[in-house]
Amino acid sequence: MTDVLLETRDLDVTFDIAKRGAMPWTRPDALQAVSKANLTVHRGETLGLVGESGSGKSTLARAIVGTVRPTGGRVLWKGRDITALKPAERRAHGRHVQMVFQDPLAALDPRMNVGQIIAEPLKTHRGDLDAKEQRRRVGEMMERVGLLPNLQNRYPHEFSGGQCQRIGIARALITEPELVICDEPVSALDVSVQAQVVNLLKGLQKDMGLSLMFIAHDLSVVRHISSRIDVLYLGRIVETGTAAEVTGAPKHPYTRALISSVPIPDPRLERTRHRPVLKGELPSPMDPPSGCVFRTRCPIARESCAEARPPLLEAAPGHCVACPFYEDAGAMGGAVSA
Amino acid sequence: MVVSHSQSAALTAAAPMGPPRSLWADARARFFRNRAAVGGLVVLGLVAGFAIFGPFVAQHSIEEINWSILGKVDDAGGPCFLSGPDNEIPPCSETGHWFGTDAQARDLFARTVQGTQISLMVGVVGALIAVLVGTIYGAVSGYFGGRLDNMMMRVVDVLMSVPYMFVLILLLVVFGRSILMLFIGIGLISWLDMARIARGQTLSLRSRDFIEAAIATGVHPFRIILRHIVPNLLGVVIVYATLLVPSMIIYESFISFLGLGVQEPLTSWGALINEGADQMRQGLWMLLIPLAFFVVSLFGFFFVGDGLRDALDPKDR
Repeated sequence: MTDVLLETRDLDVTFDIAKRGAMPWTRPDALQAVSKANLTVHRGETLGLVGESGSGKSTLARAIVGTVRPTGGRVLWKGRDITALKPAERRAHGRHVQMVFQDPLAALDPRMNVGQIIAEPLKTHRGDLDAKEQRRRVGEMMERVGLLPNLQNRYPHEFSGGQCQRIGIARALITEPELVICDEPVSALDVSVQAQVVNLLKGLQKDMGLSLMFIAHDLSVVRHISSRIDVLYLGRIVETGTAAEVTGAPKHPYTRALISSVPIPDPRLERTRHRPVLKGELPSPMDPPSGCVFRTRCPIARESCAEARPPLLEAAPGHCVACPFYEDAGAMGGAVSA
Repeated sequence: MVVSHSQSAALTAAAPMGPPRSLWADARARFFRNRAAVGGLVVLGLVAGFAIFGPFVAQHSIEEINWSILGKVDDAGGPCFLSGPDNEIPPCSETGHWFGTDAQARDLFARTVQGTQISLMVGVVGALIAVLVGTIYGAVSGYFGGRLDNMMMRVVDVLMSVPYMFVLILLLVVFGRSILMLFIGIGLISWLDMARIARGQTLSLRSRDFIEAAIATGVHPFRIILRHIVPNLLGVVIVYATLLVPSMIIYESFISFLGLGVQEPLTSWGALINEGADQMRQGLWMLLIPLAFFVVSLFGFFFVGDGLRDALDPKDR
């Protein structure tokens, strides 16, 4: 578990947003999607990434796979900075890190058949394999993700959402990557299909020794699959720890609120528990609050919170919280008895 | 196997039935259900057949003058199927002038065949250049975006602002009238609109997930353009190309009508219509026959283009 696969160091992603009616020379507004994110993925583990929509989860994932250019910080793959690679080397690195997308159908080219879609990473990275061997591997992978291999000449629109997601997973796994980033892979699916896909991912992870980065806003799914969880708020990581600690004993006031929003499937427990509800909206990432970005909605905010960005404090070994007053938050309650 | 037995059984049941249906196959089926489009396609097939097989049927060459008719074309030059006791037109068995003759007593059938060849060729070549150059140009511009996109599109803007008809006429005057020059002139302008259309479509495609998936996989940008962008553009491009063919034919006809197109004895629809218009009072057939081919073919192209648009883009109907 101590074998570090991927690490981000102070990763920043900023988007330029042109002002309305702006002249070409006026400086665009900066939208800070991810700010000084430090995360670590060990070999074979699953890192869950949670946060509400707009918190920068997907942008962080895209900065890691390289479809979004980080504006600062580094992404280290086995200790080597991959943001500094030449374009060709960066593309070749795609073999090791693959991605599964949120909308299963939109992630598949409608003009290509399933066999071509799944074979594309092989064609890109394994030019040494002949067409026959590629077809054999595609068929094998389809079987592994629970698709009939004789459906290779079918087109994506002929499949259901869950099947499309299996195609997406097969495409991600065909080059035998070491890390697969799943960007809300189940939030577009039926609840019954969600469980199938999550269990498929879990099984494949065990079989192939994969590391997963699992992004979701649904805590119950993340808790089920993750070994560790990072909580994001407005592009900042506010809490990180093992899945059991973060969901069972959350420290950061935001995490507490987030976890208390997960319904308990027991009406008696649900009625009696205390639920801190967050006031207000997510602040605009174009103009984040000073100091701690959560202070505008935080039930235990004080004046000092506006002064400086709180560092990640180690509350317990391996469990870090970006809130110096997390002990006061205990009064809020909100932990789920998992 | 990771999937349990019951699960894979459920998947089998949910698997699509029947032969695989690609989006192209769907579009083809929709196209053939459209009667006007199929009719247009049949008409175009007949016109193309006329252009291809006409030379084998024609009894005369395009430049051979029938001296027995020259001088009395107005009376004896009409289409031979109109010959009868009340006119001077010799019967078909005698002359073989099915469409009659032109003002110089040359066989109009042979000349119409030859004009059809040139006009169709101009239309198809113009559309082909537009498809090849315009699509790639627009896709590259839209895919890479940023400064490159700005530069490439400004080039298009500049070329578009040039009064092309004027330039084309100048080209033909300076370098002499030839088919090659005509092709060059038409090729220069035909791809501009196509480039803009392709760029606009590419911009919307670029933000789609499957393009991002390809980028994340590490596919080379040019392969992404060729394998993902262009096939997804093709629907729009094909529709626009079929509508471009008639407008190219109209350009050429206009140039020929001005007397600047193809060179005698070669001819084209525009040139034939021009000559026919001069003889309108005496020999109406010289105008009507090439005009009929021109109009019927243009309608054919428009119907096919409309049919393709409906077939390839069912959402827009």
